[in-house]
Amino acid sequence: MRGVPPVVSVENLRVRFTTPDATVHAVNGVSFDLERGRVLGILGESGSGKSVTLRALIGLLPPRRSHVEGRITVAGHDITAMGEAELREVRGTSIAMIFQEPMTALDPVFTIGEQIAETIVRHEGISHSEAWRRAHELLEMVQIPSASRRLKNYPHEMSGGMRQRAMIALALSCRPSVLLADEPTTALDVTVQIQIIVLLRQLQQELGMAVVFVTHDVGVAVEVADHIAVMYAGRFVETGPADSVIRSPAHPYTGGLLASTVLGAAQGQRLEAIPGAPPDMTLLPFGCSFAPRCRFADARCGLDLPPEIALASDHMARCLRVAAGEIEVTPPKLDKLRLGDAA
Amino acid sequence: MSALLSVDGLTKHFPVRGGLLNRAKAVVQAVDDVSFEVAVGETLGIVGESGCGKSTTARLLMHLVPLDRGTISFDGKSIGAREDLSHRDLHRQMQMVFQDSYASLNPRLPVSMSIAFGPLVHGTPKSAALARAIDLLQAVGLDPLLFANRYPHELSGGQRQRINVARALALEPRLVILDEAVSALDKSIEAQVLNLLIDLKERFDLTYIFISHDLNVVRFISDRVMVMYLGKVVELGPVGRIYRDPKHPYTKALLGAMPSMDTRRRTKEAPLSGDPPNPINPPSGCRFRTRCQFAEAVCAAAPPTLEMDGNGRAVACHMLVPGSGHSLA
Repeated sequence: MRGVPPVVSVENLRVRFTTPDATVHAVNGVSFDLERGRVLGILGESGSGKSVTLRALIGLLPPRRSHVEGRITVAGHDITAMGEAELREVRGTSIAMIFQEPMTALDPVFTIGEQIAETIVRHEGISHSEAWRRAHELLEMVQIPSASRRLKNYPHEMSGGMRQRAMIALALSCRPSVLLADEPTTALDVTVQIQIIVLLRQLQQELGMAVVFVTHDVGVAVEVADHIAVMYAGRFVETGPADSVIRSPAHPYTGGLLASTVLGAAQGQRLEAIPGAPPDMTLLPFGCSFAPRCRFADARCGLDLPPEIALASDHMARCLRVAAGEIEVTPPKLDKLRLGDAA
Repeated sequence: MSALLSVDGLTKHFPVRGGLLNRAKAVVQAVDDVSFEVAVGETLGIVGESGCGKSTTARLLMHLVPLDRGTISFDGKSIGAREDLSHRDLHRQMQMVFQDSYASLNPRLPVSMSIAFGPLVHGTPKSAALARAIDLLQAVGLDPLLFANRYPHELSGGQRQRINVARALALEPRLVILDEAVSALDKSIEAQVLNLLIDLKERFDLTYIFISHDLNVVRFISDRVMVMYLGKVVELGPVGRIYRDPKHPYTKALLGAMPSMDTRRRTKEAPLSGDPPNPINPPSGCRFRTRCQFAEAVCAAAPPTLEMDGNGRAVACHMLVPGSGHSLA
């Protein structure tokens, strides 16, 4: 939508980590805008730079060991220009984050109620009893049964799904306009995972938040995201509305990822697996990073970094051969998109 | 179809100790009266959420933990009995691949030695054992010239899991138990390892027990599937029919909880609420009744039995047994 200023704006984000032996190029030029009330799903495998991108958005990268370039604006704040003290003010109120492992994100020696109330008092300066009342509302909002009793629980007294809900309540305690989610359902069982997904989607719509959701699971991305960005070797290789990216993938990597998710593959037949392994992030190949594993790659792919090619409205891929109209990626079989559909 | 492995009444309860005298305070009923068969050449998938007993079942089959009750027989011979199959012989026939590829290899041995270790212990001469390791490296798609002398930390997760598969095959077993063997791998690598497993099964005439929490992967690789919940088998049968037409309410919920791949048909409502209950003191009667929307008095009163129909399909639910006392039966 034109005219509405984005609540998150990232321009040419680059993140490098330096160690005595090598430099890891974790993020290599990521740009995107996200409007209020929209959900961006970043889909990628381990080491693709998806979590590093998320941490950069909230200023959580270790300052001395990481080198961040580019511009990040969140709810009007220039994150890259901020010091630690200013960041502390912005975190929680403008931007909040939930993690894969709630046990490490919650403080084990304070009750859930204390942790939520403390956060509200710290940011909004209201009385403790008022903050406690808000904490009670928050637990009800994330659908934790018998909220008053649960406020007095320590994290270890809760089940995995319950802890994840408590962490969501904590993150939403000061009504952030942007929520960052780093694989929040990955450690959960499937029947619990779907509960958290449905809850997050419902809260996101009620509160009108912008959400950046990082996952390695195509199914989870489809369930939560309006827009999907497929990340490979620190770059967005394909972005677009979730529907177009899944139904008509353009980049060979996206196609390979969908083909290897097994769903839709005939039982017992070989899968169309992507050969090889992701590149060494200390020594990225020249040109397209996916070229060494790509069955469509030719000599040009190793020479130049492919530019962003606009395919349809909002749908972009970074591939020279797609740009030249020379290749077409096979879309997944639509009739088998949902498990339980007639095989 | 003849049964390669048959398991009857397998039970394992772990005591939870604590207090002043370290007495057993409670019991985790990890696996409770589980019976099934695995036919020669088939792949049996075992699915369920954490705490359902799928991994304990695998460890009991391998005799990595002693069983409380039940019998396991391999190729008609009962295991552990004096005149039949000893544990040593069993491990020649049955091998296992674990989820954590790093923890299951000796970090101080080059991978070729890890693969040759089993045959060496079982009396194969060193040169023959190493030659077999080289052949197996080739079979799992790793060039022996490049990989034979590497240590586990020098390999990626996918490569290490290939080594673990080679190690499991070194004794020429007939049955391989894969316990979440591809779960820690990235999707693109997972697909490569699944392809490898399919190829090896054909090449070495293997039978698999494939344990996973990923229903997509289980559907892809299995012939039959066994669904477990809190230490009990709730449904068992051919994979296509169970996925197309699940009978047990838990199986239905499990399949319904899988994320949709279709943006136009997203999941609107979670099929179950809450987490799986603690396997310490599980619910009486049917263990699923506390999360089941159809639960009635009979479900708390008596545990349902696993009823096998004529087509090799079994379900443990009072709703499917006429005259059980359930209003929907």
